[in-house]
Amino acid sequence: MTHHILPMPITEAQVRNLRAGDTVTLEETLYGIRDATQIHMFDQGRRTKFDLRGHAVIHTAPNLRKVDRSGTNHSGYEAVCVGTTTSDRMERFTRPLMEREGVRIIIGKGGLRDGSLEAFRDIGGAYLAVVGGAAALETTWIEAVEDVDLDDLNPEALYKFRIKGFGPLLVAMDSHGGSLFATVNAEAARRRQAVLEKLGAA
Amino acid sequence: MTLMTKPGIEPLRIEPEAIEEAAKLLYIRACKILPDDIKAGFARLDGSETDATAKTILATMIENIGVAERMDNLLCQDTGIPIFNVLVGRNVQVDGWALKQAIARGTERATRDHPLRSSVVHPITRRNEHTSCGERVPVINIDFTDVERELRIEMIPKGSGSENGSFLQMLIPADGVAAVKRFVVDRVIQAGGKVCPPTIVGVGVGGTSDLCMHLAKVAATRPLGSRCADAEGAALEAALSEAVNSLGIGPQGLGGDSTAFAVHVETAATHITMNPVAVNIQCHSARRASATFTADGIRIGF
Repeated sequence: MTHHILPMPITEAQVRNLRAGDTVTLEETLYGIRDATQIHMFDQGRRTKFDLRGHAVIHTAPNLRKVDRSGTNHSGYEAVCVGTTTSDRMERFTRPLMEREGVRIIIGKGGLRDGSLEAFRDIGGAYLAVVGGAAALETTWIEAVEDVDLDDLNPEALYKFRIKGFGPLLVAMDSHGGSLFATVNAEAARRRQAVLEKLGAA
Repeated sequence: MTLMTKPGIEPLRIEPEAIEEAAKLLYIRACKILPDDIKAGFARLDGSETDATAKTILATMIENIGVAERMDNLLCQDTGIPIFNVLVGRNVQVDGWALKQAIARGTERATRDHPLRSSVVHPITRRNEHTSCGERVPVINIDFTDVERELRIEMIPKGSGSENGSFLQMLIPADGVAAVKRFVVDRVIQAGGKVCPPTIVGVGVGGTSDLCMHLAKVAATRPLGSRCADAEGAALEAALSEAVNSLGIGPQGLGGDSTAFAVHVETAATHITMNPVAVNIQCHSARRASATFTADGIRIGF
């Protein structure tokens, strides 16, 4: 189990160095992405102004406060509360995010499925689990909402966050076929019969 | 003939303005301060958890509760679908239509003024009005109690990750209670980490299809430590609590003992041909806030 500190963006070699069970802290830049963002990007053909190559995206839709654009704030927003949503709904966007946009890391909660695990293996990527529902803490890792794209989708726009010490996150799916979720799910399926027998419901 | 009150007893009158203020306050408070019974539930799970990763995750969740309170911030970014349970006691006078509008206005003001993320959209166009309101939302459930001169409003911001873990099956009598138990265990396995465990697994047994699902929601949002009033239901929730925590799903679905704080069961009589079961899940950010209106004033709690 290794702890990695990764200033974003990263290379394919760096992401293939991550193993399920390792921990990661991200630095510098993180992009926030959501259901509607990806539906518009991949089903409706909209393109983003951001260069996501080598970057990490987090499954989120933040609570924001409108502020004046000034200095490095090109978004007109400041973060009130930024947390993480359930990733499973966005399973089918993993491969296009990686193939078309060059994304290397997806951060979320609850895990992704086999299709994503194959994409991580084929292209070079990883899924990092953050503790869902711990958004007050997560917000302290966000320095600024630097920029926004597809802002009409607020709060499901594409956000560029400046981050500091974003983690520790758990490598839950890697580019070598490792998935902590698959391991836990297989174990639950294995225990099911004994659980039902004890309930008198086998 | 008097239609409104018993002779000699002045009804408790509640103005819509007070309800609007309470609705606004409760939505924001619920998003920030976790009830004491949930905090105690975390301490209990943390004490009994044997998996190292699970212990780390529980510690992060407990730390987050403190950070939210110290920084006066939201526990979770999901402001949920706002649900208001209105419990009207005896000898209470309130304009029901005005009450519903006051709750919606309070919800909208909380969303705009704090500000909170509006998580509510039109179901077909997906348009977000940025008010946390829309057709039939906030969800308002009105019921009546036997408490004299008291009106209670409970606010629940119901997060979507756990709400998507909702399941109904119209089982039949020949399936028996064994099928009810299997349904709960299998749905907890299916939900895995997606519903943000450790959870409260709400189970509805009996009633009609809609009542059964409502019972599951009531069960999922009941305080920890409370028991099903029906003895058979109480026995079922004890057995199922042990069962789901034997599956190894753990906090966030990453393994461990702490899959659920508890399984809660609510029951209702059903038809001779029916055996409905529903599951509705509450995530670990099991948020609630309440305002109780009495002749002495307004009491804010969980």
